[in-house]
Amino acid sequence: MSSKNVTLPRWVDIAAIPLTNVFLAFLVAGVIVLAIGENPLNATQILVSGALGSGEGIGYTLYYTTNYIFTGLAVAFAFHAGLFNIGGEGQAYLGGLGVGLVLLAFDHSLPFAVLLPLCILASMLFGALWVLIPAYLQAYRGSHIVITTIMFNFLASALMVYLVVNVLTPVGATEPATRDFDPASAIPFVHEVLGAVGIQMDSTPLNLSILLALAACVFVWLYLWHTPWGYELRAFGHSEKAAVYAGVKTKRIILVTLCISGALAGLVGVNEIMGVQHRLILNFTAGYGFAGIAVALMGRNHPVGIVLASLLFGILSQGGAELSFEIPAITRDMTTVIQGLIILFSGALVHLTRPWFERLFAFLLQRRPAAATQGA
Amino acid sequence: MEFTAIILTLDATLRLATPLIFCAMAGLISERSGIVDIGLEGKMLAGAFAAAAVAALTSSAWAGLGAAIVVSVIMALIHGYACITQRGNQVVSGVAVNILASGLTIVVGTALFDQGGQTPSLSKESRFHALNWPGADSIKDVPVIGPLYADLLSGHNLLVYIALLAVPFTHWLVNETRFGLRLRAVGEKPEAVDTAGISVAWLRYRAVLLCGLLTGFAGAYLSTAQNAGFTRDMTAGQGFIALAAMIFGKWRPLPTLGACLLFGLLDAMAIRLQGVKMFGTIQVPVQLVQALPYILTVLLLAGFIGKAVAPKASGIPYVKER
Repeated sequence: MSSKNVTLPRWVDIAAIPLTNVFLAFLVAGVIVLAIGENPLNATQILVSGALGSGEGIGYTLYYTTNYIFTGLAVAFAFHAGLFNIGGEGQAYLGGLGVGLVLLAFDHSLPFAVLLPLCILASMLFGALWVLIPAYLQAYRGSHIVITTIMFNFLASALMVYLVVNVLTPVGATEPATRDFDPASAIPFVHEVLGAVGIQMDSTPLNLSILLALAACVFVWLYLWHTPWGYELRAFGHSEKAAVYAGVKTKRIILVTLCISGALAGLVGVNEIMGVQHRLILNFTAGYGFAGIAVALMGRNHPVGIVLASLLFGILSQGGAELSFEIPAITRDMTTVIQGLIILFSGALVHLTRPWFERLFAFLLQRRPAAATQGA
Repeated sequence: MEFTAIILTLDATLRLATPLIFCAMAGLISERSGIVDIGLEGKMLAGAFAAAAVAALTSSAWAGLGAAIVVSVIMALIHGYACITQRGNQVVSGVAVNILASGLTIVVGTALFDQGGQTPSLSKESRFHALNWPGADSIKDVPVIGPLYADLLSGHNLLVYIALLAVPFTHWLVNETRFGLRLRAVGEKPEAVDTAGISVAWLRYRAVLLCGLLTGFAGAYLSTAQNAGFTRDMTAGQGFIALAAMIFGKWRPLPTLGACLLFGLLDAMAIRLQGVKMFGTIQVPVQLVQALPYILTVLLLAGFIGKAVAPKASGIPYVKER
């Protein structure tokens, strides 16, 4: 690679390079839009105004953002320990099962104030349980977490189809889903809360789960950077050998890290099942688990970055839906393409742009003394 | 089960195992060179779309196959560039390939055909059709041998036979040739290969190219032989089952073929078992049979069925100067 020994300023590392990578992803996306015969600038304008131009748009955007924060945090949390939890999709699915089972059992008998913590715990517990076997195999049997969590995504899907179709759907129902839960058990929608204090807002799926997502961000930030466990976790991720030498119990780190990661992904179930659907349905995870990888990579595995990246992905999801109404040639799958491009440029090709910046700075540093002597 | 039912199930097994065989051999060659490939699914999907789209436009199955190979190889080169030249994370790159393929096939498909991402239904001449082996019709009524020859061996399309030939080819390539020796070495200890004056990058690029070639065949099979056109996410996880089969076969061609056939058989059984009650009353959930490949692979990885040891250098980018 480049032999120039240039130390880049910190702002280049945490802002300029990541932004350049995201810019490249959007550039390629723009070329694709051009190639299918549409105007990318026009498309971007429709996308942004669709996502942010109305109360309804903002509501939907923030509803999508909530899910992306949960799965993005899940991926990032494990990344810090050098573990790649690719099973967020399955863990989120199981988290929803946990919420659904609690509500099926208690929605008529327990008050909301008891149900809410119970459902949050259930979603986290089920999400964590779904990663427990892969985590155990990684820690004690040396099998690779990536492969096992992929397998568990498919197992989650098979299990959920079986449970929902064969066990939980009431007799005589026309589509596979549980009965509707008691309306009193639902997490309040933001438009309801705002309506109660006299502010009008169009009804959207956005509910108070978004506060839970922000709380999860604070939790991850505190855990990773302000507790001894977080320190051990990051030390393990940085250098396993050094961590072992320092007395870190690596097997326990792997188990705890992945279980917390699974629990974070499971929280998608709270937003979707308790907040939006109010019954357990199939395929409510809709790719949020995989998108979490893009969110974590783009957000540089930091809670603040993840909130920003989730917001961008929320805008893309909602704006993309609007865009496909306006320009049918650009389907919602364009959002998927952009996700893939961001994973490619911010993840796999993350080293691509660094030499460009190094060369640029080497050039600037060379110029400076020359300019100084010229002036003298 | 009576004899004809067994023949029919085995026949279905072969048809269902074909894309798995192509993909598992593709993954095997890539991983033996040290490049982890969880993007088999995406490359196969992109190949399937390219094959169906070009076959629909040109009415030629062969042009479709060519397009599938070209597109899969391009995807493989993106993966190769990220993993080999840029030394990026191979799993991340594989995920990117999968997600890109899932989105791009629909975006381009909608732009081309305006049918919600599907390609038009392919006519007979733009697909690969069954090849009847000589004498299949005359021998058909001979008991046992007749159905075995006429129904099981004969009557598949060309790609099924190419898949079966890909296995001994992979075995020969990996185990019997100089290229194969170097390929295995580069997957275990790239420093040694480098010291011998052989380019690690070029070897790995060739492995990745072969991987793209084989996944292209798998894609073309799905959309222009097994089915008559492309539908959204039609690979439905088969790329990952192939990955599981490769692990199950411990990164060796012949055992991997066995695993592909086993998983194909499970799939064929799942279709036949739909609604059938076993042992009088117990109905086996179809989902359980469909999930068996994944359960078996997890058990294998857990060390309960033998031990699966991946090539030592797989997943680790090679850095020449340290």
